[in-house]
Amino acid sequence: MPGRFWIVPPAALLALLFFYPLALIVQQAFTDDSGMANVAEFARVLHARFFLNALINTITISVAATAGCLVVGLVLGLILAFVPFPGSGVIARLIDTFIALPTFLVTLAFTFLYGSAGMLNAGLMEVFSLQAPPVNFLYSTWGVVLAEVTVYSPFVLRPLLAAFSLVDRGQIEAASVLGARPFRIVRQVILPAAVPALIAGGSLCLLLTVNEFGIVLFIGAKGVITLPLLIYSKAIQESAYQVACIIAVINIALSLGLFGLYRFAAGRLGA
Amino acid sequence: MSVPAFTGSNVMDVDAAKIRGAGSNVHFDKVSVAYGAHVVLHPLTLDIAPGEILAMIGPSGSGKTTALRAVAGFVRPASGRIRIGATDVTDLPPYERGLGMVVQNYALFPHMRVEDNVAFGLRAQGADKSLIGERVKDSLATVGMSGFAKRYPRELSGGQQQRVAIARALAVRPRVLLLDEPLSALDAQIRRNMVEEIAKLHRDLPGLTILYVTHDQTEALTLADKIAIMRDGRVSSHGPTIELYRRPPNRFTAEFLGRANLLPVTVAEGADGPKGLAKARLGDAVLAGAGRSEKPGDKTLLCIRPQHLSLTGDAEHTNRIVGTLKEVHWQGELTHLVLDVDGTPVRVSATRLPMSLPERGSAMPLFFTPGDTSLVPEDVRG
Repeated sequence: MPGRFWIVPPAALLALLFFYPLALIVQQAFTDDSGMANVAEFARVLHARFFLNALINTITISVAATAGCLVVGLVLGLILAFVPFPGSGVIARLIDTFIALPTFLVTLAFTFLYGSAGMLNAGLMEVFSLQAPPVNFLYSTWGVVLAEVTVYSPFVLRPLLAAFSLVDRGQIEAASVLGARPFRIVRQVILPAAVPALIAGGSLCLLLTVNEFGIVLFIGAKGVITLPLLIYSKAIQESAYQVACIIAVINIALSLGLFGLYRFAAGRLGA
Repeated sequence: MSVPAFTGSNVMDVDAAKIRGAGSNVHFDKVSVAYGAHVVLHPLTLDIAPGEILAMIGPSGSGKTTALRAVAGFVRPASGRIRIGATDVTDLPPYERGLGMVVQNYALFPHMRVEDNVAFGLRAQGADKSLIGERVKDSLATVGMSGFAKRYPRELSGGQQQRVAIARALAVRPRVLLLDEPLSALDAQIRRNMVEEIAKLHRDLPGLTILYVTHDQTEALTLADKIAIMRDGRVSSHGPTIELYRRPPNRFTAEFLGRANLLPVTVAEGADGPKGLAKARLGDAVLAGAGRSEKPGDKTLLCIRPQHLSLTGDAEHTNRIVGTLKEVHWQGELTHLVLDVDGTPVRVSATRLPMSLPERGSAMPLFFTPGDTSLVPEDVRG
């Protein structure tokens, strides 16, 4: 078989498993339940309050979670890479294993810890003789953000550690001898070298948190509806397929944009 | 933090008065460094006078870089104290020691332009904008890099990057400049030029104290006022460069510094007279050379440099030995000969050869002056 025909099997597989379903979703987004073309519904959904609320929730949660991941990843990365202590390698690998775990597992653990009947609330109610659980943040936007920060920080930490390992220790020592204190060295020597890693890790987190479904569903916070949850709700619970597909198309566009940003940053990093 | 400036004029036609000050002495007081049970620097006591260049040389793992890093503050001594000037810096972090440092791979900040690299230390120390501008300009002029202020390090050659690294270190007016194998990454020609430039820099900044770590004896011999030869975490020998070269105190120093020929001899007469010449016997030959406190009958080594051996005798070259010619290597301006003298290989570096050399395997006389010869104790290990 001539070399150029080898493109056929992967292209056919992609078409069958990815492009065809995607095309169906796009087609469905512009077709009403009777099978007629309907563009007006697209405009109506775009202006609907339930969609705008979900979009705002999605952006708020993903931006906040990404910011949290960047802060946690950066602090942990700096400690693991530049503060020598026994067992730092073990800690780094342990944090890595978070990537392998299903996202709802952390949420489940959070429920045991911070849930209404979790250890923290039970302990506080016991000690202070309270009638109601005093800590309720888990069932809010911030509970979702905290869970996502916990799950996705390793996605920032990994490229950061790779970037930190390439920072010339001689530069850090030269800066120190010249009179720079640790904070200035981090700001002016280490961080500029880690910017591509931060962008790559951050955009990956943004991408994953925009599409996060399991954590939001598992926490079940009242009023915290994101785009993936809204798609699920419209398609499965309300059987409003066109609305679900319209939201899905917007969600896909958002994701592809973020993915483009991630690839650009990863390319700059040399990944 | 205030950092005293050093004295002297600049190198490249810049207003000399702009770079002034006083360097500080460095005092190692029984400084030792250990990693767990492994001692990498045995108690070291050493002084570097203000304005002096001390070169620490030695093979890999001899402890020379560890000693420099202890001064910089990157290595914490297991015992002992380090003083710079009147300040005990042992417990101070690197950023409070008032030093400058240049390392092998330049360690310039790649995302900063040359001028920002040079200004980095001054900004870190909170200097005024006007002072920063002035110092950056002067420091770059000092190393001949004024025209490169707007470039990034990646746009410079290795030699240019090293000059910028030196300018960056000089800009903060360090009390002591630490140079850690600064020329090792450069090719031979640029290295030779840079050695000359550093020598010139120090001639024009005579107050600047420099600790120069290298494994290259040529750099050390060219630049240093004093040399400390390190071996196995200890100072094998320490003294003025010329003295150490001419009269090495032990075998390791003689061999490491200039690859001297060392011939096993028996002392015939102890050092005597105003020149302190002793006489030693090698086979039938009686040879004169600078002695110490050897006694007749002592077994010792006679040290003679390859370039001090002559193929022809005259009134000055009164010492004469005979060897068997083994090898001849012509290298343009120098010819290297290897002879066997009583079972010891003897190297000769000759600039001029007689019209005809004897055949390999033939006996050949060698001549040298007593003034170029010294006795080195065999039994003293560095």
